[in-house]
Parts: sequence; C-alpha cells; structure tokens
Amino acid sequence: MKYFLQRIGFYVFTAWAAITLNFFIPRMVPGDPVQSLIAKYKGQLSTDAMQSLYILFGLDQHKSMWAEYVDYWKQIFHGDLGLSFTFFPAPVSQVISQALPWTLLLVGITTIISFLLGTSLGVVAGWRRGSWTDGLLPVTTFFSSVPYFWLGIIAIYLLAGPDSFFPSSGGFDSGLVPAWDQYFIPSAIQHSLLPALTILISSVSGWILSMRNMMVTVASEDYITVAHAKGLSERRVALSYAARNALLPNVSGFALSLGFIVGGTLLVEIVFSYPGLGFTLLQALGARDYPLMQGIFLIITIAVLVANLLADIAYLLLDPRTRKDG
Amino acid sequence: MTIPTSSIEQVIPGQGAMAQPSAKPAKAKRQRFLFVRNTKAATGLVVLGVYVLLAIIGPWIAPYDPSGRSNDLVQGPSAAHWFGTTHLGQDIFSQILVGTRSVMYVGFLAGLIATTLSVLIGVTAGYLGGKTDDSLSALTNVILVIPAIPLMIIITSVLNNASDTLIAVVIGLTSWSWNARVLRAQTLSLRRRDFVEASRASGETTWRIVIFELLPNLTAVIASGLVGTVIYAVLSEITLAFIGITSNDGWNWGTILFWAQGQQALGQHAWWWFVPAGLAIACLGTALSLINFGIDEFVSPRLRSAGKTKLKTAAGHTVRMRIGFTPVLENSAAPHTHARVISTPVMREAK
Repeated sequence: MKYFLQRIGFYVFTAWAAITLNFFIPRMVPGDPVQSLIAKYKGQLSTDAMQSLYILFGLDQHKSMWAEYVDYWKQIFHGDLGLSFTFFPAPVSQVISQALPWTLLLVGITTIISFLLGTSLGVVAGWRRGSWTDGLLPVTTFFSSVPYFWLGIIAIYLLAGPDSFFPSSGGFDSGLVPAWDQYFIPSAIQHSLLPALTILISSVSGWILSMRNMMVTVASEDYITVAHAKGLSERRVALSYAARNALLPNVSGFALSLGFIVGGTLLVEIVFSYPGLGFTLLQALGARDYPLMQGIFLIITIAVLVANLLADIAYLLLDPRTRKDG
Repeated sequence: MTIPTSSIEQVIPGQGAMAQPSAKPAKAKRQRFLFVRNTKAATGLVVLGVYVLLAIIGPWIAPYDPSGRSNDLVQGPSAAHWFGTTHLGQDIFSQILVGTRSVMYVGFLAGLIATTLSVLIGVTAGYLGGKTDDSLSALTNVILVIPAIPLMIIITSVLNNASDTLIAVVIGLTSWSWNARVLRAQTLSLRRRDFVEASRASGETTWRIVIFELLPNLTAVIASGLVGTVIYAVLSEITLAFIGITSNDGWNWGTILFWAQGQQALGQHAWWWFVPAGLAIACLGTALSLINFGIDEFVSPRLRSAGKTKLKTAAGHTVRMRIGFTPVLENSAAPHTHARVISTPVMREAK
C-alpha cells in the first residue's frame, strides 16, 4: 500500500510539473503570434473568451507572474483550455473530447496487443536461444529503426487503394454518422486495421528484444536449475519460473516506454488522417493554433500518466515483494 | 519513439563483465580489437562510417542543386536522376545526399548534449545518494514519463523556424532521462565495490573517484546510451521535419518526406519519392542498433546469439546444446530419436 501511495504521489507531482511546463513554454517567447491571432478574431471573441486566452498565454501585462499562475490553475480546474482557432468558435476542451476516444481506442488496444504478442515471442526467443528464433533479431532491429509514420506510408502504398479492402484515410466511411450501430462500428474497425497494424509492427520488436534478453539472463539463475532438477516439465519451467521473473522488468519498461509509443502513434494518425489527437495536432500546427496544441499536450501527458498508474497496479499484482507492508 | 535497444541495465549487478575492474595492462593490448571483431559491431561501424563520409562530402558530390527546379516533373528513377524527381523537378538523390549532413549533425549534437546531461545527473544521483539522489531521481522520472515528442512539437512550434542547432538542443534537453536512470542504477551497484571503497579510504576526493574510478567502469553504458540517443534524435528530427514545423530552408530526410506527403506522392504512385529517405533512416538506425548490440554483447556475453547449437552424435542422434543443461543421450531404442534434456546442471557460465 505504501508503494502504491508513493506512486500516486509521484504521478500527481509529474502532472503538476507538466502543467507548470505548459504554463511557462508560451511565456518564454514574446506573445506576438497569439496576440496577432486574438487581434484577427477580435470582433468575434467574447470578453470571457479573451480573458481566458489572456490568462493561458500571459498576455496580461499588469499582473505578476504568481497571480497569473494562480489564475491559470483556476482555469485548468474548470476545464477551460481556451478557444480553438482552427475550429473557431469551439472551445479546446470540446475539440479534444471529440478526438480523444479515437486515439485511446486505437493506441490502447494496439499497445496492449503488441505488448502481449512481443512478450510471448520474446519468451520463446529467449528460451530457445540458438534456434531459428535468433533469426528474428535482425528483422526486429530493422523494424524498430524505421519511423512509425514511414511504415504507415508504405502500408498505404502497398495495401490501400480505391478498390482495396483497406481504406487509406479517415476513421469511418464519409457517409456515416458516428453512432453505436451496425453500420458505423464495422466501418470504424475496418478503417482502424491498417493504422493498428502499422503501430503493431513497429512497436512489437522492442518487446521481443527486451523480453528475450531478460529470459536469457534469467535462464541461468539457480532457481531455474532447481526447477529442472525437480523434474518439472519444460513448459512449466519456462512459463511459471523463467517467464514470470523475466516479465517484471518488461512491465516497468512498458510503463516507461509509453511516452515513446504515444509520440509515434500520433504520427501514424497523421499519415492515415485518422480523426484522433495526432491529426488534430497537425491541424493545430498548420494554423498555429496554440491553445489547441497546449491542450493536446496536456491531455496526452495525463493519459500517459494514467496508463502508467495502471501498469503500476499490474506490477503490484505480479510482484509480491511490493505488496509487503512496511 | 522506439524503445531503447540497449539492455545493459538489465544485467544483474555483479554478474556482467562490468563487475570486473578493467583487465590487466599486459592483456589490454591483445583485447583491444575484441569489440571490432564482433561482426555485428563491425558491420554497424562500417555503415556508420559511410554515413559520416556522406555527411561530410554529400553537398559536394551531389549531382544537382537539391532545390533547383527542372522540367522533369515527378519522373521515376533514371540514369540522369537516380532516385527520380519531385513535383518541381528537383533531384531526390541530391536531396538525400545534402540532407545527410543535417541529420547526422542534429543526431550527434543532440546525442552529445543528452549523454553529457545523463552522465552529470545519473552519476551524481547514484554516487552521492540521499537527498540529492531523491530530487535528481524525481526529476529524471518526471522527464521520462512526460511524452517527449508532443513536448518537442510544442517547444519547436513556439520557437518559430528553429535552426538545426536549436532543434538539436531541444531534442537533447528532452531525451537524457532514460540514460540517466540506467547510469544511476549502474553507479549504485559500483559505489560499494571494494576498489571504490579503497580509494575513498585512501582519502581521494569525490571528483577523483568519480572521474578515475567510476567513469572508466561506466564507459560501455555511456557509449551504448550515446548510440541509443543518436538513433532517437535522428528519428525525432525527421519526425519534426515531417510535420513541417522546422525551418524550411535546409534539406533533411524528413523534409523530403514532408513534401512527398504534402504533394500526394502516394496518389501519383511516386514510390521513389518516399522510399529512399525511409530506407536511409532505417539503415542508419539499424547500423547504430548493431553497434549497440555489439556493446551489449561485449559487456554481457550471455546475450550473444549462440551460433550452431545442434550437434549430431556418432549414433545419429541430434543434440541441442544449451547453457545450464547437460544433454543426456539414451541408448534405448525408444521411438523418439531426439536426445532428452535431463536437468543435470553443468556448464554454468564462468563468472
């Protein structure tokens, strides 16, 4: 329990650090770009919206830094992230809440499948070292060196097309309206297959490699020898003794590399014009829509922190040592 | 965005070759080229050498001006244009050659910045311990958990048309944390070793202990961290250029992909537009990963691919050799011809 509270404390601290970073980044440079955007929309912006943008970007000259910081926090707690210029006059929070489910489902499901698949392949590769499985290593090295988005481009080129099963862009057929019905869901799944495959191929190799190396290290531990000496079946030794212990570093590695993976998947969304956060971020970049960019960064960071917390809970269940009181 | 390929931190303290202080001077001469004799490392170094050479001479040997327009619009590869042309008739082969310099420059500068920071922070945290360790570790973990690519995107977009050097600084400042963590763990396991205790007892200053006792023993970890960060920095720079938020006047492989994507290269089936840049990235990344594998295997021999492990015995049985197991052959005419592995442990690796 103490371990768990420590972790929660750490995540709260990180969230604070990320929000503070978000507060300072726009203040490091003169606020001209935002100022000009606000000037451009002057007639259409309400006083409230102006005030909220002033607080977010520190354009109010009369306040001290500290007062600005307090205001900024108040505003974050109200869920007010300013107005988006790209999707004017929608507030940033609304734009994000439309894009977030797409990213969460695509990245979440793919990452979990990739982790499970890569780890199991790694167990096999590590346990049967010296067999054909060693041939996997050069291939996985190559795939982990390729940028996610380039693999996406190649996948579109090779597999998608006007008369192919795989659509090359979008999240659902253009004629459909998002809803939980029998028309929309199959279409959404069909559109997500290729992006998911791309993310899967580029992220799975890392798990194979780290799990293999951990298995090789664990395989010559004394307790493995003892398990063999007891006459346990090969399968039981491999799975319950070696893999169970080798898994722990991989689970903590999972938490730590989520940040990397999310960065890569944002780019895959851009290539596939998938209606998630990555694509929204690209649109925001094109229009220099700073409130939207900052909002997306904040949401991604918080999502990664929550995922880390979940990985910690998994670790807690896997490793009895962390459950000890004291 | 890739998972760091190094696994050095997974070597159990006290078991890898790291555990031994450096070899005796007499042996040092013979072992000098051991690292290069590893085929993986040698291949990686050769390929990396080619890239470095291209980064230096690329702009001079490029057959065309990378931005110069011509009348051959979106042409496939030919004798005149080896990698074809773009929508403005620019020569893609020249763009790749000229772009190599920017990619290598940003990759290595960012790698150096990140490695320096990680050594400073990781070794300090690991060696000093206590409150310093707590605060530096917290800092490391915070930077580690915050997603780096979105953070880089935000910073570069605020910076407005950032130059290569500025991009390298941003990448370096956001990507040191993984190595700092690894270095801290290694330093922790080193600092209670006898030779460190001995130099502390003989009254050496902290600086001297860190520089002359600890750092030489961390060389492999630092080198592998540097290589990993260079891969990461190259990928990050290309990503930033691909979404079009870095300065537009220079060429790098990401810029090529940016134009290919923006001008619908896919719709025009212009595969030559995006394939060469991607392969260039992949080969560079693979070369660097191979060097890293070489370092890993050099440090922890157990990770080497075991080579040929199946042997045929005189009686015609096939035996698979494995570390930690003694194959025992059965002479009975059992229906299975394969040797059964019985769990008698011999052949433990020398520690």
